[in-house]
Amino acid sequence: MTSARRQKVAFMQRIDQPTAARLIAAGLLACWLGGVVFLCIAVTPARSEDATAGAGAVPLAVLHAQQQRIDVMQRASAAAVAIFAGEAGGGSGVLISRDGYALTNFHVVQPAGIAMKCGLADGHLYDAVLVGLDPTGDVALVKLLGRDDFPFAALADSDEVEVGDFCFAAGNPFLLATDFQPSISAGIVSGTRRYQFPAGTILEYADCLQVDAAINPGNSGGGLFDAQGRVIGVNGRASFEKRGRVNVGVGYAISANQLRNFLGLLKGGRLVDHATLGATVATSADGRVVVSDILESSDAWKRGLRYDDEVVSLAGRSVRTVNAFKNVLGTLPAGWRVPLVYRRGGRREEILVRLAGVHTAADLTNIVEGKPQKSAGKGPTPPETPPAALPDAVQPLYEARRGFTNHHFNTVERDRVARALAAGGGQAAWGGRWILSGRLATGEPFRIELSDKEGVIDLPTGTTRVDATGELDVNPSPPGSGGMLAALLLWRRLLREGPAPLGRTSYWGTVPLDPRSFGEADAPRLVDMLESSVAGVEARFMMEDGGVVSGIELWTAPDADPCEVRFTFPGPNRPQDLPRVMPSVIEVRHGNDLFGEFRVETAVFEMADGEAAGGEATPNGANTLPGGGT
Amino acid sequence: MIRHAGAIRAGLMMVICFMVGSSWMDGIASRAAAASPQETIAGAARKVVKIHGAGGVRGLEAYQTGLLVSPAGHVVTVMSTVLDADELSCVLDDGRRYRATMVGVDPRRELAVLSIEAEDLPAFTLAAGDPVPVGTRIFALSNLFGVAVGDERVSAQHGVVSALVPLEARRGSYEVPYRGDVYILDCTTNNPGSPGGAVIDWRGRLVGMLGKELRASGSGIWLNYAIPTAALNEGYAEIISGTASPAAPAGATASPGFDPAVLGLVLVPDLLDRTPPFIETVVADSPAARAGLRPDDLVIAVGGRSVASRAALQRALAALAAGDAVQLSVVRSGTIVECDLGPRPAAGRKR
Repeated sequence: MTSARRQKVAFMQRIDQPTAARLIAAGLLACWLGGVVFLCIAVTPARSEDATAGAGAVPLAVLHAQQQRIDVMQRASAAAVAIFAGEAGGGSGVLISRDGYALTNFHVVQPAGIAMKCGLADGHLYDAVLVGLDPTGDVALVKLLGRDDFPFAALADSDEVEVGDFCFAAGNPFLLATDFQPSISAGIVSGTRRYQFPAGTILEYADCLQVDAAINPGNSGGGLFDAQGRVIGVNGRASFEKRGRVNVGVGYAISANQLRNFLGLLKGGRLVDHATLGATVATSADGRVVVSDILESSDAWKRGLRYDDEVVSLAGRSVRTVNAFKNVLGTLPAGWRVPLVYRRGGRREEILVRLAGVHTAADLTNIVEGKPQKSAGKGPTPPETPPAALPDAVQPLYEARRGFTNHHFNTVERDRVARALAAGGGQAAWGGRWILSGRLATGEPFRIELSDKEGVIDLPTGTTRVDATGELDVNPSPPGSGGMLAALLLWRRLLREGPAPLGRTSYWGTVPLDPRSFGEADAPRLVDMLESSVAGVEARFMMEDGGVVSGIELWTAPDADPCEVRFTFPGPNRPQDLPRVMPSVIEVRHGNDLFGEFRVETAVFEMADGEAAGGEATPNGANTLPGGGT
Repeated sequence: MIRHAGAIRAGLMMVICFMVGSSWMDGIASRAAAASPQETIAGAARKVVKIHGAGGVRGLEAYQTGLLVSPAGHVVTVMSTVLDADELSCVLDDGRRYRATMVGVDPRRELAVLSIEAEDLPAFTLAAGDPVPVGTRIFALSNLFGVAVGDERVSAQHGVVSALVPLEARRGSYEVPYRGDVYILDCTTNNPGSPGGAVIDWRGRLVGMLGKELRASGSGIWLNYAIPTAALNEGYAEIISGTASPAAPAGATASPGFDPAVLGLVLVPDLLDRTPPFIETVVADSPAARAGLRPDDLVIAVGGRSVASRAALQRALAALAAGDAVQLSVVRSGTIVECDLGPRPAAGRKR
């Protein structure tokens, strides 16, 4: 509105007198000729006489808007990637970061393998390496090599996209971009939140954008841009009918918000899976969406969901049709936790559900390798195929590992997180006992002591201890917590020494730090997560920017409910000399229950064992945290 | 000649539109004071229904689109096999699903009116009036490919009215009876489920309704077209008042078949969309044989009018009256040979 008015004002001010007179004269002359001719006359003299001003009878506002559009399309073109997969064909991609990460389709890169050549509009051909694959969502992440200042386009918030919005595709239809200049096709957003059925279990387009911009074979993997040149989606699919495989004005793009959900996992070099609830839904006779089938092994069942429960919302979005349910689920990675609201007999319940994978790891591997799917565990381990003659630039950036697309990038991400931890949250100096004391929500006192040797917790119900040097899955304590002491011991070890001593540690990807915030105005904040397999337990650490560990999940057995630890940190009044990683509140949950809310009032750190004879007398090198918990 | 002039005008008009017409983004910006295109589409989509009926087999979709034209629940759509069902339903923009009953059909315009039991519905206004000018920018809203389910909004596409011309179209070998003017759209609307969709201008006014999937008679190209609002209005009024002609007018029905074998011509099997009309064999002592036709001749014209496919040849022969001279032009070894087969026998009569 405001910009439109400004453009009009500019036009009124800047139009010169002769031009105005000419317009009026032409208008009068043309009155009886009809609108068609008027427009014609209005344009023609200006073109013939006034080449220098560039304005003529075309309103400056129009020229300005046109120039803006050209600029936007040129910027988008710079970020467009022409992917060549040799004889297997190719497609398109779009750069989303300065260091060369580009999104495309799984079905584009699948024939190419690990290494491919990518052309940019600058006329250069770059080597690129495959980073991560999401066959279910038809997404792949590749990294272009050879520069650290690639042009790129930002990912937009695709939930803001409206039907009728201008959009355009920049890509490589019919592999025309032999000079790497992308083709642009413009249109409008025809539909949002569309659902397109998968082929078998892969290539499902959920919650996708539908556009009437021409999407042809070869456009696959390219960016769909909004009027500001931001990426609202990745084109990948079109309805083709009686005209053969050419555009019929119905193309589909994977939404930017789905891409954002998976980006962390893809960057971690993973072979990514989509989510299943472990339950199916159907529309009941009275039009409600109800649970029609549910696995008793699923987390949804453990959290209380049953047959015939009415699903009200999933991940913060209301579910009024089966399509809507599939739309929400199809945009979520396996392993995330999301809120689910259901209704039973008029009672409304909200649960947090941990989503399982659609596939087994073996099935996913077979899909990527083009083999028939087999059920879990039965598939023979495929031989580690040595990458055949990768280009020199790609060779050092590839590491094969089962379950990963390219494990090299998992190491890259893990090391990035480890560096952040060391720089921001690492507490290498505090080698002695860590003593946290305070009160529970009930007002009763607690005391937690962590050291290299053991973990001890004093609760109103008694004292329990865990040997820090042995297996941590033996006796999850304190009872009912699912393994709180083990989680805190690993937390101390991680802060002290980084991920290295935690055994096999990998970068998981990103997860919503607070899943309950789905459905609020802002999308849930995604944080990095590390996973470790150590001392008989599986532990996951959620890490915020700046290397602060904000949450832990710890499994003592694969099928058991984990112990969930969530840290809250003191506000801006925190004393400067306190370690910023020290929480003011430790919330511990297990299964459906809150085990305890530990409000930390005093924290004591010791430099190293032995120096701490004074205990809580806070000897040299120790710090205290004044009352925090609110 | 007149049609040519129209086409030229239409072409000129489009060029001008591109020159003067503000860019798309500018269009969106400058209309922000009124309803935005997004708002216009959202408002109009509330007046469009998804129709579910018969079909789902052999490439026939069981869905199409319809327009709400009265607050009391009258729905105008195209007459089609989808409506040939005991259970017809209309799904509104908000997901409400109603059982629909057939009010009546207008076979001449191939329109149908359905009724759902609802009140206070948003509805398009049908009215007589002049057609919109060629060059008008439009949105098409339809249930294409049945992709919108339940409360999901119908699909929106954008385009331009390219021409206003009489419809000359066919479905298979069936010539469409309607010969009124239709808008040709620069917008790929010829998709399954689109028939019955709304074509609106940028202010949300109904310009026309997407017709059924048809090919142009002359070229065989799939047509993107819409029936103008004025014609919809006439058809709607006739259906509601019960004055719609019960059957298609004479001469509009499909031409009776004509077997070229009657002339002694055996053509190559009709396997493709546009099988070239090659002669496979010529029956001895037949009109074809006497006229000098030979196997492998390619027929290119009947009576001087070109025939591009086997089907077109058959239609051209059928279009001749019994007794008319049958003159075929064929290509043989790179040269055109004219053959006169004499008067056409009556259809189906075996010699």
